[in-house]
Amino acid sequence: MKTLPQKRSNFAGNYVPLIFERSRPGRRASRPPIRRTGNVSALLGTDNVRQTPPRLPEVSELDLVRHYTALAHRQMSIDGNPYFLGSCTMKYNPKVNEEAARMFTKLHPYQDPRETQGALRLLFNLQTSLAELTGMNAVTLQPAAGAHGELTGMLMIKAYHQSNGEEDQRRVVLVPDSAHGTNPATATMVGYEVEEIPTDINGEVDVDHFLSALGPHVAAIMLTNPNTVGIFETKIMELSKAAHSFGAQLYYDGANANAIVGRARPGDMGFDVVHLNLHKTFTTPHGGGGPGAGPVGVKRHLKDFLPTPLIGKEDGQFTADYSVPQSIGRMRSFYGNFGNLVRAYTYIRALGKEGLRGVSTMAVLNANYLRVKLVEAGYEIAFDRINMHEFVARPPSGFKTIDIAKAMLDYGIHPMTVYFPLIVKEAMMLEPTETESIESIDRYAEIMGNILREADADPDYLSTAPHATPVLRLDEVRAARHPKLRHTFPPQ
Amino acid sequence: MDYLPHTLEDIEKALRTVGVRDVEDLFSDIPKALSNPEINLPSGMDEDTLLRHLKELQNQNSTDQPCFLGGGIRHHFFPSVTQQLASKPEFLTAYTAYQPEVSQGLLQATFEYQTMMSELTGLPISNASMYDGATATAEAALLAARATNRSKVLVSRGIHPETLEVLKTYLTPLKISLEVFELDGLTSSIPFVDKDTACVIAQNPNFLGYLESVPNLVEASHKMGALYVAVSDPVALGILKPPGSQGADIVTGDGQTLGNPVNFGGPSFGFLLVSERLVRQMPGRVVGETVDTEGQRGFVLTLQAREQHIRRGKAKSNICSNHQLTALMATINLAALGPQGLQEIAEQSVLAAHELADKLSRVGITVRQESTFFNEFLIETETSPLKLRQEFSLRGISAGIPVPQTFNFGNASILAATELTTKEDIDALLKAITEIELSK
Repeated sequence: MKTLPQKRSNFAGNYVPLIFERSRPGRRASRPPIRRTGNVSALLGTDNVRQTPPRLPEVSELDLVRHYTALAHRQMSIDGNPYFLGSCTMKYNPKVNEEAARMFTKLHPYQDPRETQGALRLLFNLQTSLAELTGMNAVTLQPAAGAHGELTGMLMIKAYHQSNGEEDQRRVVLVPDSAHGTNPATATMVGYEVEEIPTDINGEVDVDHFLSALGPHVAAIMLTNPNTVGIFETKIMELSKAAHSFGAQLYYDGANANAIVGRARPGDMGFDVVHLNLHKTFTTPHGGGGPGAGPVGVKRHLKDFLPTPLIGKEDGQFTADYSVPQSIGRMRSFYGNFGNLVRAYTYIRALGKEGLRGVSTMAVLNANYLRVKLVEAGYEIAFDRINMHEFVARPPSGFKTIDIAKAMLDYGIHPMTVYFPLIVKEAMMLEPTETESIESIDRYAEIMGNILREADADPDYLSTAPHATPVLRLDEVRAARHPKLRHTFPPQ
Repeated sequence: MDYLPHTLEDIEKALRTVGVRDVEDLFSDIPKALSNPEINLPSGMDEDTLLRHLKELQNQNSTDQPCFLGGGIRHHFFPSVTQQLASKPEFLTAYTAYQPEVSQGLLQATFEYQTMMSELTGLPISNASMYDGATATAEAALLAARATNRSKVLVSRGIHPETLEVLKTYLTPLKISLEVFELDGLTSSIPFVDKDTACVIAQNPNFLGYLESVPNLVEASHKMGALYVAVSDPVALGILKPPGSQGADIVTGDGQTLGNPVNFGGPSFGFLLVSERLVRQMPGRVVGETVDTEGQRGFVLTLQAREQHIRRGKAKSNICSNHQLTALMATINLAALGPQGLQEIAEQSVLAAHELADKLSRVGITVRQESTFFNEFLIETETSPLKLRQEFSLRGISAGIPVPQTFNFGNASILAATELTTKEDIDALLKAITEIELSK
């Protein structure tokens, strides 16, 4: 076993207590300004006032800094580690974006519009740029995430059918079996039934099945293009024409837009609604799970259903525009995840149209290079052809993807997306993105090869991995059977 | 400016390895007719030019002037340490914690978040965050409809009007009816709850700033088997009774005030907490404690059988990305403040607002004080609310949220004050409002 990396060697400190366990009564890290005195209980009424304070931690500023620094050290991130997470587009998040975001943090959404013209102008420009990049006629920036964008788009489609008196007739949403889980979940949330369309042997939507599933009962088809196996749907024009001939609407899940940005546009492919994940293609940081932003673009016939407010321009002044006749309503409070919209705007302006085209070019080149390198390292490819920005691999027979993923952690690389899409057994979905260098991809593939060889030499090696992480494999079954979802304080 | 590392040699090496001549060959699956459309976007910029451009946009905004705006989003004291710690790149640029062994930092911090939110609200189970207060409340209504198998939601007029709009957007397509019960004066009336009612939703302090009688609303709901959803201001919970202890089944709200900048309204985060029996109906991610193979404590995303990546069309919600980083910021800020600091912020906000209300009354402005308010309240003016806000703006003050027509209050505006409101700010507001109203 001595060939194994030394346990927990690459992380500072083994054990980090909970912040509550560092707490000592009377310590403080921060003092808000005290400008007034008075009897607050009397003002609020003693019936309204709590009897015991919440048990929040009491720590010094240094305790606080040490604690969250120690936690940061127990965390992988793009700045520290390559991810190659398929469909998640974990590319580098430029630092200038953060500086840009900091310029606008003090704006209150209810300020008079004359005080916020710069922010509104930025939003207006971003709406225009995203419409241009997707080939759509209008864009809302309100959705807070990709799934929220899907909900927005599907609500608009439902409202559109309703306005045509076809609400009861159109009950079904078609979704490929390779789709992201959010697609069927969104369709359900809007009150539709979901029908799956199989994938053919080339990794594309099975056209015959697609055509036979169409009918006047179909409300929409949700597609990702390129799809989740990294293949561009070559028959997209045929699919969209057929869908429209039955009056169905075509929804574009923008999770994979990094493959085509600056080179092809969903609007030109016949899509009626598009969402983009700004935290994927447009480099806003993932933040450990969010916040993201999921703007939605629509074609002309759906403009009247957009959520409000949109950002409009009137007599040279930028305004929040509520005049959308058949709006689905509001999707969230205020103007969306403004901080992320600033970051995405900054990125688009930094790269410009040529730069953005370079993004998809290099993302696709990197992914194809990685595919060949992984084959050399001993892995199999699910649909072996030139792919777009991502592809799906699997380990040689006898190996489990989960074990390989856990072994990768010991090398300081984050595993790829695993066990997705569901149509490929032991799926490993890989997306290196354009910001990784060729050396980084070489090293990744080399490690993937090493893992197979080390496993041959020591059969227990894989099943016990990881060995060098702050904690070892965690008991997820226990966590779900006996949920412990908050700290319990010891009795006083 | 781009962020590509590729040298010409790299590109040639990669092309050779892949076995194509030109990068364009990699895109041959895209039909010709769709390839390379004319895209009307400006060219890229170097960093200096870019920052000058952004600075120009920044200069078209007014900030750093006295601000009396609330409405669910407020300026509060925000210590440097919170901002700096939450901006650590390890947190900022991490992915969702699907690989728990290398995500213990965010998972543990989220477990701490869940504990803090539970302490504030008095309910045992918090999810890991939602998009904002409005969507968290809409998800709570859907949750209540699922859990009770009923299809009517009653919501107080006193809820944030934008939350009401979002509720309508979410509930309409599922044919869940949404009925608004009106205010009686400045606070909610007791609604008529029947056996079709899934839940009653009210906000405390309400949108206008006044305190609701939570026990009465809870009693009316529970008598007919409906759930009570308490929409809360988390700063106020530093000193107000936790709604969980008053019988609320679900607590939601927006977390911005706990330690996020106002950011033109986003991103903040939404919180959603439930009682024990509703845990498997709860939407969104949640972190649980467990052990590793050596018995060491660790944290994982758990109860995932509720979520879209496992359940697809049968998931409790379609939510995937949440607002982890902004929730982390609140967690760090709550730890920085501690119980004492949070109490001070809440109390100082109450005192500042009451000082403002008293001084306004003294200069002859109508202040609605017949109900107890927290740190926001109504004023009535001769000047129309939009005009009032504009006139304040011309005098270098951000103040006055117009009360929507649906409230039937006439020319009414909401003012807010916090611990950051100085005596000088108040003096400036008094001077301005006197001028504005006298000129009428």
